[in-house]
Amino acid sequence: MRITQGTFSYLPELTDDEITKQIAYALDQGWPCSVEFTDDPHPRNAYWDMWGLPMFDLADPAGVLYEVKECRKAYPNHYVRLNAYDAHYGRQTTALQFIVQRPPVEPGFRLDREETSDRRIRYTLHSYATDRPEGERYGDAR
Amino acid sequence: MSDRPGFGMRPSENGSPAAPPQAPAAGEPAPPAPLPPDARVDLAQERADSHADEVLDALDAELVGLAPVKTRIREIAALLLVDRVRARFGIDSARPNLHMCFTGSPGTGKTTVAVRLAELLHRLGYIRKGHLVSVTRDDLVGQYVGHTAPKTKEVLKRAMGGVLFIDEAYYLYRAENERDYGQEAIEILLQVMENQRDDLVVVLAGYKDRMDSFFASNPGMSSRIAHHIDFPDYKPDELEAIGHLMMRREGYVLAPQTEPVFRDYLDRRRVQPRFANARSVRNAIERARLRHANRLLAAAGEVDRAALTTLEPEDFLASRVFL
Repeated sequence: MRITQGTFSYLPELTDDEITKQIAYALDQGWPCSVEFTDDPHPRNAYWDMWGLPMFDLADPAGVLYEVKECRKAYPNHYVRLNAYDAHYGRQTTALQFIVQRPPVEPGFRLDREETSDRRIRYTLHSYATDRPEGERYGDAR
Repeated sequence: MSDRPGFGMRPSENGSPAAPPQAPAAGEPAPPAPLPPDARVDLAQERADSHADEVLDALDAELVGLAPVKTRIREIAALLLVDRVRARFGIDSARPNLHMCFTGSPGTGKTTVAVRLAELLHRLGYIRKGHLVSVTRDDLVGQYVGHTAPKTKEVLKRAMGGVLFIDEAYYLYRAENERDYGQEAIEILLQVMENQRDDLVVVLAGYKDRMDSFFASNPGMSSRIAHHIDFPDYKPDELEAIGHLMMRREGYVLAPQTEPVFRDYLDRRRVQPRFANARSVRNAIERARLRHANRLLAAAGEVDRAALTTLEPEDFLASRVFL
């Protein structure tokens, strides 16, 4: 099951050239970029691990793309995403965020039903990937 | 593995999709077809289109002397221009290596030339942004183990698309301390200079003799730098021209009787220790301005425009070089 989240989530995967253009756009808007990765695909997993610090004062997308590639190299089977943060007063939020790498196989989710009091049913999403310990979820034993 | 289509961004494919699952987007411009072999390109037109001449002319007008530097920069501009035309015919040539080393005494214009160079390379399409990031050892080398690499990489990322100017680069390497973190910074620098030549141009600057010993202990650095440009010391008449240029920019003129005094001042200052070429000239003018202002206030009369802009001999004669 292909995880969709962030900007461009329903587009085909962006190529590096397309990613470069998006980074260039973000930098032109004055949004510093940062790279994050995770192997927990749950949609409510908002806090991914940071790959280094956010990159401030960059003029050219090459620097950001370099970090994206470094992160992919270190975590070839993780999800990697790129954030662009708009720090302008009144917005101060992530302005652009998209996935730049995903694992080769995404096993998807199952629906868990839990019976609680009064025959009520509670539902929860369970990612098959998280059955395995962190770091071994997508086939890489780190 | 799986029967899923490979994603265009998988790292194993070196950043470029081996088999893109979808056709390229329609909006992407196709690369222009190469010109036929018998086509003719007007080089003068190409030159005018690049607007490189504006930068070169500004270099000539604003910098006095430095003939070897200007020649080399003109050569580089010509090469880039010709390469561009060659590319239009579909002739493949490797991207020229433009890492440089500027050596020269203090105040010979190394930083000023670097700023112009960044602008020039940008106009000629060699670098994408044309900004100059000027750093010294402090910005590259960390203070404890593991601090240097992120620091150096951050500076390199900031400089991408432009020119990284490392002032007094020989401080990066401290021969007397083999555990100095400077060596780590040099290694990262070398790696990026080699692998990401498309993304940035590195310019090292420093005094001639100390740069020479720096290169002697870092042969890898020396061989990765194609252009070693030496900035000669200014001759007396060039210093004078620089002084006039600076004063004109600040809105001052020399009274006719001040001219020989100013020349005499430069001659005396030149042979004294710690003479820093154009920088010393600037300082001399700054001090003359102070004395000029003080003199006007002490006279406490009415002043006209000429009095406000004219430097008299006593503004220079009060200097300690005449003692």
